[in-house]
Amino acid sequence: MTDLMKRSGLAALGASVFAALPAWAQEAATGTAETATEAVGAATEAAAALAPYVYEKAVDKGDVAWMTVATVLVLLMTVPGLALFYGGLVRTKNMLSMLTQVFAISAVVCLIWVCYGYSLAFSYGGAMDAYVGGFSKAFLAGVDATTLVATFTNGIWLPEYTFIAFQMTFAMITPALIVGAFAERIKFSSLLVFSVLWVTLIYFPMAHMVWWWGGPDFLAEQQTLKLIAEAAGDSAGAGAAAANLAANGLIWNWGALDFAGGTVVHINAGMAGLAGCIMLGKRVGYGKDNMAPHSLTMTMIGGALLWVGWFGFNAGSNLEANAITSLAVLNTFVATAAAGVAWMFAEWLLRGHPSLLGLVSGVVAGLVAVTPASGFASPMGSLVLGLVAGVACFFFVAYVKNALKLDDSLDVFGIHGLGGIIGALATGILVNPALGGAGVPDYTSVPGTLQVGAYDAGFMFMAQLKAVIFTVCYSGIGSFVLFMAVKVTMGLRVKEDVEREGLDVAEHGERAYNY
Amino acid sequence: MRGGSPRKGFCHGWKGTGVKLIIAAIKPFKLEEVREALTAIGVRGMMVTEIKGFGSQSGHTEIYRGAEYAVNFVPKVKLEIVVPDGLADQVVETIAKTAKTDKIGDGKVFVLDVEQAVRVRTGETDDNAL
Repeated sequence: MTDLMKRSGLAALGASVFAALPAWAQEAATGTAETATEAVGAATEAAAALAPYVYEKAVDKGDVAWMTVATVLVLLMTVPGLALFYGGLVRTKNMLSMLTQVFAISAVVCLIWVCYGYSLAFSYGGAMDAYVGGFSKAFLAGVDATTLVATFTNGIWLPEYTFIAFQMTFAMITPALIVGAFAERIKFSSLLVFSVLWVTLIYFPMAHMVWWWGGPDFLAEQQTLKLIAEAAGDSAGAGAAAANLAANGLIWNWGALDFAGGTVVHINAGMAGLAGCIMLGKRVGYGKDNMAPHSLTMTMIGGALLWVGWFGFNAGSNLEANAITSLAVLNTFVATAAAGVAWMFAEWLLRGHPSLLGLVSGVVAGLVAVTPASGFASPMGSLVLGLVAGVACFFFVAYVKNALKLDDSLDVFGIHGLGGIIGALATGILVNPALGGAGVPDYTSVPGTLQVGAYDAGFMFMAQLKAVIFTVCYSGIGSFVLFMAVKVTMGLRVKEDVEREGLDVAEHGERAYNY
Repeated sequence: MRGGSPRKGFCHGWKGTGVKLIIAAIKPFKLEEVREALTAIGVRGMMVTEIKGFGSQSGHTEIYRGAEYAVNFVPKVKLEIVVPDGLADQVVETIAKTAKTDKIGDGKVFVLDVEQAVRVRTGETDDNAL
């Protein structure tokens, strides 16, 4: 952010000079321009730009309506979408365990979110603010129907309740994504304990590091204060304003872009899945028994519900109903279809059949990849991103995973981890306005407006790469430690005879199907 | 499944009930055709089970993402038909003719002697039970 800050400062100077130009040009055209008038004009303009930034907080009913729909769409992704997608992929004897795991994690995390999760993710964290929030909003203290949170437009705010509910659905689905990696063998009690620890120590800090920022109006206000203080030679005031401008999450300050959660949700869940399948080990009979999916019909229904719900996830991440929402909707169609088609043709070519499972898997890989890019890339950029993600994830899942002898049962790493990494890196490239991208948002060079920031390919790619490497390490190592802690205290796996019998009857005392 | 009447066991000298059990494994899609043909020659009942098995027809390979599974057991339909001796040959011929596709995996027919047959509702035995 230091680099970005400097550039923003320079751009601000440039902008104030530039802002004076039309006035000069107009005066020149009327033929009344004198050097003195011109100088006075420019000075007036510059002084006007340095007035303290004052703003109103307006709540738009359309935004609230859209965000309410988006919130329940993300819930639709989890239950029943993800539950059915995963459930169909396991054997009949474990179907009910998958449904229960996804459903139970969603409900438990919902409660954790309102108790302290929201506070850890989206409140000021004091000395630790770069990494995690504090407990000032625990049990939603201080939140009521009148409190508001910032969107991405100056002067447009959202009811905090809406934001809490929307972000809650993200916290609910992310730990549920992980369960696919060690399907058919984890102990339910251990899974619940792990999920609680994982959202607390991994997810909430990640969400804070990537998405915690002051919002457009706060940035405009502080940037203006900083410029005024600098002009007045008040270095203490300028320093305070600069500190406020930098009071964001660690990864946000690196300048990394993540529109809807490529790092926070997908790389994060993918790495936890990888750590989990290594820690739990392979299923009994892996590579020997027939472990074919018991119902690709269920998987198709689940995959399709994921796609539908993902419009809430991606387009909802814009927090408003405007043109960027439209862009995210279109990108969520295009990249997804491209990845599904790419996987299908790659498999047809190399494995001889265009499989339904391949098509649905490709669709999910495309959704994952476009998640961080959905509000930044152009539709054509998304098309290319989808094609790349579809083929890359197919290769990993069909060839590399077997070579590594990993029993990532439902390919949480192969699809969410890898797809997330590809998407996060590609976002840094596809945001480039020269490629039709929306450009890097810049709220400070002309305070009070959203400008397209200067695009620096090297800086942008490095910021994305740093965010990816950080997430891979933090989530990978952190999840590994948490799995280890649960393993030594209560054990992770069910007994072998339970695993052979199936988790449905042994763990839950029910069967998915009675016929 | 034994009825109330005393068992006509091997040790007392096998006289036979005059009833045969015909077991046939056929391709599932041939079931309806075979049922029609058998009904036409006077067969009045049969038991049908969906089974899996292998014979000379080899299985196939299924691929799910990266995982390949050899499916060695092929789905078939098993018919169990109990008929009087006199009808047995005709039943076997009819099944063999109707279930035939000339491709590998058409199935098998086995004929066994039946020791005893009882109609549950009336207690009738053997031929009369069918």
